[in-house]
Amino acid sequence: MQDIDIADLKRISELIYQKYGYDFRNYAMSSFKRRVLRIMDLKRFTVEALIRKLTESPEFIHEFLDELTVNVTEMFRDPSFWRIMREEIIPAILLNHKQFKIWHAGCSSGEEVLSMAILLKEMGIHQDVQLYATDLDTNILERAKSGTYSIKNMELNEKNYIRFQGAGSLKDYYREENGLAVFNKELLNNVTFRKHDLVTGEIFNKFDLILCRNVMIYFNQTLQNEVLKKFHESLFKYGYLAIGSKESLIWCDYANRFIVVNNEEKIYKKIKD
Amino acid sequence: MNKFNLNNSYKAVVIGGSAGSFQGVVKILSQLPKGFPLPIIMCLHRLKHVRHGFVEALSLKSVVQVTEPYDKETIKRGSVYLAPANYHLSVELGHYFALSTEEMINNSRPAIDITLGTCAYVFKDKLIGILLSGANKDGALGMKQIKDRGGFTIVQEPSECMIDTMPKSALAITQIDQVLKIDQIVNFFKELDKLYR
Repeated sequence: MQDIDIADLKRISELIYQKYGYDFRNYAMSSFKRRVLRIMDLKRFTVEALIRKLTESPEFIHEFLDELTVNVTEMFRDPSFWRIMREEIIPAILLNHKQFKIWHAGCSSGEEVLSMAILLKEMGIHQDVQLYATDLDTNILERAKSGTYSIKNMELNEKNYIRFQGAGSLKDYYREENGLAVFNKELLNNVTFRKHDLVTGEIFNKFDLILCRNVMIYFNQTLQNEVLKKFHESLFKYGYLAIGSKESLIWCDYANRFIVVNNEEKIYKKIKD
Repeated sequence: MNKFNLNNSYKAVVIGGSAGSFQGVVKILSQLPKGFPLPIIMCLHRLKHVRHGFVEALSLKSVVQVTEPYDKETIKRGSVYLAPANYHLSVELGHYFALSTEEMINNSRPAIDITLGTCAYVFKDKLIGILLSGANKDGALGMKQIKDRGGFTIVQEPSECMIDTMPKSALAITQIDQVLKIDQIVNFFKELDKLYR
């Protein structure tokens, strides 16, 4: 495997920002470096060849983004998180609103959106909830929209669903077709998929719940801080924010505008505008 | 001059291990000199979907409480860290941790190569890398990166390992400074500790 120094990584993030408007300049360096090296490895590019390709072939950016962003996820990842959603958070929202909105920020291939749709279905409130799923990578959004996953991922997803103690079997929600698990289209009929970059994107709606688990780990603290401000602005007062189990908000400027609702599952509630 | 030919310029210790390494790690942590000054960063293969129990089991006999760091948590001297379940653990140049959910490496997340490799990049020749018993080659590349950047490398004596694939893979691709049994690694920490007093 080749190596790449920080100066070249900065050249690449600056180039992508200037030419395409995607801002990776405040991404965590260790993973950004691994992702770029991975692309160089896959495409057999030197640093110079990669920079040339990014400069001269605008269509390459989509493939580049698809490989650069981390799209490894599972349905019902951390089953205990999803149990808390079902047993505490969603019921708490329902106390005040019969209809509400959820934002999956950085939805990747859509496993969490689908998990939420199934959870809502099993609670009998699927049609009362509007889901928004966003990602900066348009290729991955298409995959998320299709609700189709490789059958080899289903073993893990099934295991998680069993630990989540779902109402039936995950198999109730999909059929097998040519080595693919194709989920019922109806599950995603209340989901709006849209391209949105957390770093450069505008506030586009107000939500009762935002899920952004294991997305901000790819950002440095400066950027985490900025993104938390956006989430704060995108939440109704007393709305909830869920982040990954090993993420923390405590060093962010806006941390004191939230309280911890569940420390184990890292669920926060906005208490101050 | 001490027997390991060490000095007190080291800034961190990183330990990798897999199948058969648990008892060894417990022994090392239980006999760690009180107030051992360097951070110890551990990446041990573990069940991906069991978040709890491991750090508690390791802490039970450890001289220092073992913690699973949060993303972007600053590395503190004298602390002992364990890579959390289902995340890769990296170290960043500002001496803090970064977590990631990238693809598994060597069928593992956390992958030892990532933790060792990023530690090597950040701490350069101020790093001590230790690789223990294990059933795959994860960690071998990381040990090579530590050696290539001038760090000090130790593997557990293969004959003592429950499964020796891991130390042997490291021995095959890079120069290892010391091949030691667990009891000798315990002594190594004691010798190292004296240099900081």
